[in-house]
Amino acid sequence: MHIDPATLPPLDDMIACPHCDTLHMEDDLPDGARAYCRRCGALLLTAESRAVVWLVSLASAAVVLMVAAVSFPFLDLSLQGQHNGTSVIHAILVFGSGKAIPLAIAVALFIVVLPLVRLLALLHALAPLVRGVPPTPSARVAFALTDQLRPWAMAEIFMVGVTVALVKVAGMADVTVGPAFWAFVALVLITIFNDQIMNRFAIWKALDTGTTA
Amino acid sequence: MESTGHGHHGLTTLTTAREAGLIACTRCGQVHAGDAVKCKRCHGPLQSRDTRSLQKVWAWLIAGMIAFIPANLYPMLLTRTLLERSESTIVGGVIELLHYGNYGIAAIVFVASVVIPVGKFIAIAYLAWGVQRGHRLRQHQRHRLYDIVEFIGRWSMIDVFVVAILSALVQLNGIAAINPGVAALSFALSVVFTMLSALAFDPRLIWDADRTVS
Ligand SMILES: [Zn+2]
Ligand SMILES: [Zn+2]
Repeated sequence: MHIDPATLPPLDDMIACPHCDTLHMEDDLPDGARAYCRRCGALLLTAESRAVVWLVSLASAAVVLMVAAVSFPFLDLSLQGQHNGTSVIHAILVFGSGKAIPLAIAVALFIVVLPLVRLLALLHALAPLVRGVPPTPSARVAFALTDQLRPWAMAEIFMVGVTVALVKVAGMADVTVGPAFWAFVALVLITIFNDQIMNRFAIWKALDTGTTA
Repeated sequence: MESTGHGHHGLTTLTTAREAGLIACTRCGQVHAGDAVKCKRCHGPLQSRDTRSLQKVWAWLIAGMIAFIPANLYPMLLTRTLLERSESTIVGGVIELLHYGNYGIAAIVFVASVVIPVGKFIAIAYLAWGVQRGHRLRQHQRHRLYDIVEFIGRWSMIDVFVVAILSALVQLNGIAAINPGVAALSFALSVVFTMLSALAFDPRLIWDADRTVS
């Protein structure tokens, strides 16, 4: 099939499906609408006029929660009068002192460093839009980073791991959860919600126009 | 786009960017002229099709499968108490959970550590092989398979986190100590390699294979 380029709409008015390469018009959608690829059904664009504002406020809250989650006591184990209460930071430091250094680094990256980088990069990219000023030149790189790191930030998977670990030690010792545990739960819920409302094509559009709508 | 009118000239039929002599960015959807090399919207690299995609997919996949072998043969957890010393492998850990009657948790660990990794090896190999052979599979089936592979592989990491938490938590001098075994790192590597394999896959190749046949 050959297409005469003259019959095509202007390039900036189009958007291509990332899964199947099919061209679509990047129309303005009514608020709350979702547009899917006509060929493969992938979600292309959502229109949520409040999404950017939500993303920025929730990401700010999440940064505070992350600081609390890594520094306060997470779990406390007691057995025959001995205690071992740990914060996530403390655990990573202790854990990383022996043969397990590579594993400690990997876990620290997946559950603390990369989620935090994603949050800060998202804030850097979108906060100016909420304040009504044009995005900074590095906003695009920052949002691309947020988007690409998504599979590598595993805070929610870590929470399932915590649940399994609690069941495993329940038989041999008493475990109590600390404030950091609940901070982490809240953080995970915010992350899941944020990733649901974050539509990358809508954000690129917002960065292009410099407005939140 | 389905929800809006698309009365525009060239787009009444389903046309891919490549068929129109254009290059699209897979990260942000921006359409460029055919000779562009860098996306003007997100600054990412542009390729009409990632021609070396399948090579990378196979390389990471094989690395992931190789790392999966020691992950299952060697112990994941080394437990030391006053009375005994024990080692447990991934499957051994699942059996232990079953033994204590924790069926739900045993199922979660088994699915995350065995079913998902093995299923993912098979699914990626099947998709890559299918593209190479120009094999036809119903479009939406393959699309769904790709989506599942892309989204679900990271959940295998659960058992690695369990080992990390237990090792950090259970460190009581003389009474009990848990330490990670060799398998923990090899399993983590296996998950990372398989994720890289899935991310290297250019899904547009699946749809191209479909196009050339029909
Ligand atoms: Zn599509
Ligand atoms: Zn781009």
